[in-house]
Formats: sequence, structure tokens, C-alpha cells
Amino acid sequence: MEIPKSFLGYKRDNGRVGTRNHVIILPVDDISNACAEAVANNIKGTIALPHSYGRLQFGADLELHFRTMIGTGKNPNVAAVIVIGIEPKWTKRIVDSIAKTGKPVEGFSIEGVGDINTIAKVSKKAQEFSMWASEKQREECPISDLWISVKCGESDTTSGLASNPTVGNLMDKLEPLGVHLCFGETSELTGAETVCAKRGKTPEAQKKFMKTWSDYNDFILKEATNDLSESQPTAGNIAGGLTTIEEKAFGNFQKIGSRQFIDVLEPAEEPTKGKGLYFMDTSSAAAECVTLQAAGGFNIHLFPTGQGNIIGNPIEPVIKLTANPLTVKTMSEHIDVDVSKILSREMNLDQAGDELIKSTIKVANGRLTCAEALGHKEFVMTKLYRSA
Amino acid sequence: MANTDVIIHDEKDNVGVVVIEKVTPNQDCNCWIMENDKSSKIQSKSEIPLGHKIAMVDLKEGDTILKYGHDIGKVVKNINKGEHVHVHNVKTKKW
Repeated sequence: MEIPKSFLGYKRDNGRVGTRNHVIILPVDDISNACAEAVANNIKGTIALPHSYGRLQFGADLELHFRTMIGTGKNPNVAAVIVIGIEPKWTKRIVDSIAKTGKPVEGFSIEGVGDINTIAKVSKKAQEFSMWASEKQREECPISDLWISVKCGESDTTSGLASNPTVGNLMDKLEPLGVHLCFGETSELTGAETVCAKRGKTPEAQKKFMKTWSDYNDFILKEATNDLSESQPTAGNIAGGLTTIEEKAFGNFQKIGSRQFIDVLEPAEEPTKGKGLYFMDTSSAAAECVTLQAAGGFNIHLFPTGQGNIIGNPIEPVIKLTANPLTVKTMSEHIDVDVSKILSREMNLDQAGDELIKSTIKVANGRLTCAEALGHKEFVMTKLYRSA
Repeated sequence: MANTDVIIHDEKDNVGVVVIEKVTPNQDCNCWIMENDKSSKIQSKSEIPLGHKIAMVDLKEGDTILKYGHDIGKVVKNINKGEHVHVHNVKTKKW
């Protein structure tokens, strides 16, 4: 198949391109969720991104919170941003950082004003942003403007056999065209860590990966209960035939095809070393991982599943594929791309990779994913430790 | 081409994955090795559902399970060729 050279995206002032054109109402902290949700209810064409944290965090945990907030606002799938916090100082820090992209952003704080007056004030600004954003048109953009993140979930052995290698096939075909790519799931590479480390393009990248993995593994071992309380593998993984974390890891690792990674990113860190594949240090929980990748600037996500994970993200469209014929049958409303014919050998990986590229372009052009149509908007902050 | 019942990732692997709805005891299964496109046969000894593993050889307690050509865990209970390989007879070496 000849790979399409372009797609229709939204060009942003900072040179990035969006596959979506969201106006987001971003609460800085948990107690500002109600206000953000009220504004999103008032003003059509806006979405609120409620979450559970943002108070009394400190150190690296607070920095990650800021990085996630700011990165989400900066993501090119977002046209304009309203930030609402209880206090003005942290709100302003987020607003100022997002403003560097050149997109419209405005902050509001609730203390001394109250919810009702804040909602009234914010609604006026949100209406202005929503109507402004609605005038934006999609334009032809080179395929290199796609920043593709990947993460698998509710995996089973069909993931490692077929749906993850399909993503790997797409990576092998699209990386030479200059796209940015990102994989994560630090803990789910356990067992395959040394094989994965060797995929680092430079000795520095390899060393950084091993340090990142070791730090995470040390933390897991410190807190571990017997069999990790059935979290790794999950009951769903085991039902699907996955026996050990090592087996899960080698299946997971198929997603990067034969690519090498340039650098290791902190959670929610934006890549700065140019086109190519990056590893991001993330949890292996689906919503946490995709939230971090979206905050890193990725504008479209590929999510292979075995037993049927149903995740979506508010700003980054999540395309789901599966090779499990039973999941195709029982959970069809969640599956964007069916590659189950690989198992019956009626389809090969090359054909499956092409199908996935076609679907990725369609979604980049604006076609809703299953998760978008079903209203999945999981926005989940990663918390490193307890608040002060 | 005969229907494939079991797929094996790598020639070195001592387990294969059932890719039909299930195999039943004493079923003669057609196996396909992805790495080199070769075929082989195995007779199942257990009922094994889609996605679950079948032992391609006799495995003793302490042996290493190889899948993708790599170590994915240790045998904790002897497994006969053709039997179901899963959490009841294999454990991680990691956690």
C-alpha cells in the first residue's frame, strides 16, 4: 500500500498540528472541578477535565502535576484553554506556560468570589473561546505532523501474537516518514527490560532506560504483596492466557516493531530531540499512561487490547484494535480495528499494519473513535506520593 | 493450507498458543511457527481455551518456559507434552 503523505489537521500558532479542536476547562485542583463542570454544561463546544488532585502536593509530585496540567493545555488538539483554581498563584503559573504556545488561555480563581460568580465570569470567556475555535478549519498537513503514542491494555496472548505486532508494523512504516512516536509502561517491560534497553539508539538512552526501569522495579519490590495483589498480570490478563509478567512484557514490547528509541522522557515530558521513537516513564494503568502521553504533546493514540479495555481520553483520540475474535464479537462497540484474521492466517501483519494506518489517518482527519462516540474521557493524574 | 490451531512465536519456544476457540483432549493440532513459517503437529492432553498455552515438550519442575525465544518464567509442577501451561504450573522469576 502507498502510505498517505498527508492528513487534515488544525494548524496551531506554535507550528504543531491538532487532530482535534477542543476548548478545555481545566481545573487546577479537585475542589475546582464543580466550577469547571458547570461552565462546560453552560457553554456548548467546551469540555471540562475534572480530576482528583492538585492540593498540598510538593517536590517532584507537584512538578509532575504542573507538567501534566501545562502539557494538556499545550497539546495541539486543544484550541483554547480556561484554567480554574481555588488560588491565583498556581493557576497563573499554568496559564503563563500554556500562553507560550500562542493559543488563547485565561485563568480564574475562586477564592473570594465563590462558585456562582466565577461560573458566570468564566462562562462569558468560555463562550468567546468556543465560538472563536468553531471557525478553525482543517488544512492539509504532512503525515510527519502526527505524534503517535501507544499503550496496550487488558492484554492477552493475542495481543503479543497479533495486535501489538500490528502497531509495531505501523511504527516500522511510519517512523521513516518523520512522525514522533512514544511508548511507555515501565513496569510492564519487566522481564524484557534488558532486551528493551538494547533498543536505545545511544549508550546514554540505554543507560537512562535501565535506571528508569530499576527505580520503578525497586519501588514495586518495596511495596510488593504476594503476586502483586493480582495486579500484574491482572485477572483479565490471566483469563486471557497470560501467565507471568515476563510473558506480558515480551508481548507488550512487540508494539515498537524493530524501532530504536532516541531518549527516555520523564512522565508528561515533551520530546525535544526531533522525530522518532521515545520511551516515556509511565505507570502501566491505561488512563494514567495515556493522560501522561497526551500531556507530552502526542495527538493520536493507538491502543491494542486483548480482553477488551474500554479507555478513552478527553483530548487525544484513542484508536482501539484487537486480534481476539471473542472480544470482536462481544465488545464490538469498543473496537475500531479488527485484526483477528491474523490468528486464522487470513491476514498477515503487513496487511494489518496497512489497515491500522488507514484507520489512523481517518481518525486524524476527524472520524470519531469508538471511545469518543461512547463518551470515554478518562483524565487521570499520576501521583508519585502522599501530599504534605 | 490446513487450519492453524496453535501458533508458536519462535523456533526455540517450548510452548505454543491456542488460536481457535478451544482444543479438546487428544485433539491433533496443527501448529505454525511464526519465526520461520514452518509447521508442526501436537496432540493435546487437556482442554485448552483460546489464547492459552500448550506444552510442546515434556517440562520438569525448575525448567524455563521459552516464548518469543525468551525466558518468561519457571515450571513449578511437572508438565507433560500437550498439557495446559498456565498459573497452576508456571510462576514468574521476577516478583
